Amino acid sequence: MSELHSETALDTAYVRTEMLPEQTPPVTVSGPIKWARENLFSSVWNALMTIISIYVIYVVLVAILPWMLNGIWDAGSLNECREIRDARGGSGEHGHDVACWAVLVDRWDQLMFGFYPSDLYWRPILALALFLTAIAPVLYDSLPRKMLILTALMPFLCFWLLWGGSIWTPIVVALGFVLGWAVVKFGEGTLGSMLATIGAILVPILFWMYLTGPLISGLHSILPIGIQAVESRAFGGFLLAFVIGASGIILSMPLGVILALGRQSDLFIINKCSVIFIEVIRGVPLIVWLFTAQLLLGYFLPPGSNFDLMVRVIIMVTLFSSAYIAEVIRGGLAALPRGQYEGADSLGLNYWQSMQLIILPQALKISIPGIVSSFIGLFKDTVLVVFIGLFDPIGFSNAIRADTDWNGIYWELFIFIGLCFFICCFGMSRYSQYLERKLATDHR
Amino acid sequence: MATLTDPPQPSFHFSQLIYDTRYRSLTIQVVAFILIMWGLFELVTNAIQNLSALGKDFDFGFLGNRAGYDINQRLIEYSNDSTHGRAAFVGILNTLLVAFLGCVFATILGVIAGVLRLSKNWIVGRLMTVYVEGFRNIPLLLWIIVIFAVMTEGMPQPRDFRGEDAEASMILGQSVAVTNRGVYIPNVVFTRSLGGNEMSEAADGVPAAVIPAVSFGDWALFLVALIGGIVVSGIIGRWGKAKQEATGIRPPGLFWMRAASVVLPAALVLIALGVTLDYPELRGFNFTGGVHLRNSLIALWFALSLYTGAFIAEIVRAGIMSVSKGQTEASSALGMRASWTMNLVVLPQAMRVIIPPLISQYLNLTKNSSLALAVGYMDVRSTLGGITINQTGRELEGMLLLGAFYLATSLIISAVMNVYNNSVKLKER
Repeated sequence: MSELHSETALDTAYVRTEMLPEQTPPVTVSGPIKWARENLFSSVWNALMTIISIYVIYVVLVAILPWMLNGIWDAGSLNECREIRDARGGSGEHGHDVACWAVLVDRWDQLMFGFYPSDLYWRPILALALFLTAIAPVLYDSLPRKMLILTALMPFLCFWLLWGGSIWTPIVVALGFVLGWAVVKFGEGTLGSMLATIGAILVPILFWMYLTGPLISGLHSILPIGIQAVESRAFGGFLLAFVIGASGIILSMPLGVILALGRQSDLFIINKCSVIFIEVIRGVPLIVWLFTAQLLLGYFLPPGSNFDLMVRVIIMVTLFSSAYIAEVIRGGLAALPRGQYEGADSLGLNYWQSMQLIILPQALKISIPGIVSSFIGLFKDTVLVVFIGLFDPIGFSNAIRADTDWNGIYWELFIFIGLCFFICCFGMSRYSQYLERKLATDHR
Repeated sequence: MATLTDPPQPSFHFSQLIYDTRYRSLTIQVVAFILIMWGLFELVTNAIQNLSALGKDFDFGFLGNRAGYDINQRLIEYSNDSTHGRAAFVGILNTLLVAFLGCVFATILGVIAGVLRLSKNWIVGRLMTVYVEGFRNIPLLLWIIVIFAVMTEGMPQPRDFRGEDAEASMILGQSVAVTNRGVYIPNVVFTRSLGGNEMSEAADGVPAAVIPAVSFGDWALFLVALIGGIVVSGIIGRWGKAKQEATGIRPPGLFWMRAASVVLPAALVLIALGVTLDYPELRGFNFTGGVHLRNSLIALWFALSLYTGAFIAEIVRAGIMSVSKGQTEASSALGMRASWTMNLVVLPQAMRVIIPPLISQYLNLTKNSSLALAVGYMDVRSTLGGITINQTGRELEGMLLLGAFYLATSLIISAVMNVYNNSVKLKER
């Protein structure tokens, strides 16, 4: 036996007794080369496309990068820019071969704030900071819920900071909301939910129509606290775009929900009115609505009344956007299985309870991408106000070009404005994707 | 023995209008109806009061008056002696022209970009992502202005085309000139026209309408031949399908027969009318002849197409991704070729997802064409809703007509879309 064993051992002396260390795979099937083969050169067609793409990128970068990176930041006019460029030497015969970013430095204040008084710039900045802090708890639910109090106060504070004037204006207006809330809170027991709801709508409206004016002037004469008032005409640049965009977004959401519920409603008149409103608003371009606000609104208001163009624009943008949001939410409502509605009914919930607790949370979740893309559309559409004489960033880019100092400057301004819009809109769309992932409850 | 029936409800209480769900909906509707009517009544009375205070009436008669302004880009005959109504019609045609051109170009761009974004090629996919995100997140107005600036600032002047060693040259075989005053392309001219062959020249020296009144008959004949050809092609297709279903054999050369039935009659009409191309030519300081596409049209067209194309790319991508992989695999398992899989299995299902949002993008493009204002393209908003309003002072009537035009366009398109949606809807329980 032992002999046999030793013989075997002798025969198999060439067999390894331990594993070899793993070798690295050949370079062509791993690492970057494998990736490139699979993703860039998997077929003749793909290789061709890759080469064309690289060539396109190369051409674009060669044309743009030196122009952007060698840009001049320190000059007072386009001519100065050209002198600096010529002094650097080797620029070529064409118009301007390097970017003249100095226009942004020179006109930064206008592009950002328009004609807002320059000693009051802290107010829009503070309002923006407040706005960002206030929407943070809405966007991220990991933040303390106490911050929502700030969110509720934010619209009034921002309004006061931006337009200035007496501090009593926002306080008294806010009081109207408090009144409405109080009617619901304390009236529900005695009046019943239906009457309380009607009261919660009517009481604040009557309050704002008849009591607000005297109350503000009375309080202001007793205790004149206020900051310097700023006219709407002073707003411009990105400040204007942000104010119109943010107010439109905040106001159009509740209106859109109401319109969507109206369109899904079984009540014939409410349903038809919602349908007509939504279709008429959506069927006509925003620019026509803006001209309507500018030219025609005066006809439909009581004789002698006139109000601010910016407020008209905000109202029009809000109505326009709410019709689109209503359609998006209607899609969400229609996508819910019938069982959800029937389940809510069978639990004995009334209409508003079932909407609030069962239907809307699910429908809104489905509609998030559409709602956010409506918001993005609204924010982009704020530039249309240039046509009715408000100075948004594009309006300012035209005004800057009309100045002799900067006559002939195009691309620097366009790139800057485009970049600002891109950052805001891209940020919103990324956030909506994050929210979709976070709220996803199906396990796919 | 207990009775389980409800006690009879003897009388109707007034409070039931609020507390009884059977009557409550009626109450709400009546209240809403009264409120809405009251609101409308207020608006109308206000409007009447304001109009009478301004000494204006409500009258559409101004449409028949002499317009007195020129329109630089037009498809039909128009001069400043024409009426406001005709000016509005020229504007409507211009809107529809740019909308049609934009829709065609946007669809082509969008389909290409959407398919390429799904490509396995990493770099192509990223490039298309940059295109889509770039155009979706920057206002359309900015793109229109940028492209207009590229055309006016970046393109050579007509005089650069002059001389032996010209700085610029015409492209596409000396037929298209891209200048900073616009793009000049060849025009189609009928030498044996039905309506005589004199070319009309407008008073302002601008080469007249793209379709002069004299060649309306020629174009109509061409269109009739083309549509007739398409109808014949459809009949041949149906015959081929019936034959295939009856015998199992597809008639050979079916595709070529259909193609010929579309192309041949139209081509014959063109030859019979003696069609030639009128090339643009540098004469003096500018190009003459051909069709002058103004920068405003080019900027609007390209910007609308690129912008809408980015949205269509996303729609196409979503549509293709919505067809589950199992469908492709099942079709391969049945032994179908890749092209059949695409045509018979994937595309019909993807189309159901793609078409409705695609049409609403077309609608958006048509409405967005009102941004023509930014570059001075004379669309319906600029003629009817712009100059006409300014000249006649009829804001109310002008804006109403303008709104009605856009509204009618979108309602017609949505009605077509609803018919389509119902025809392709998945038939479930």
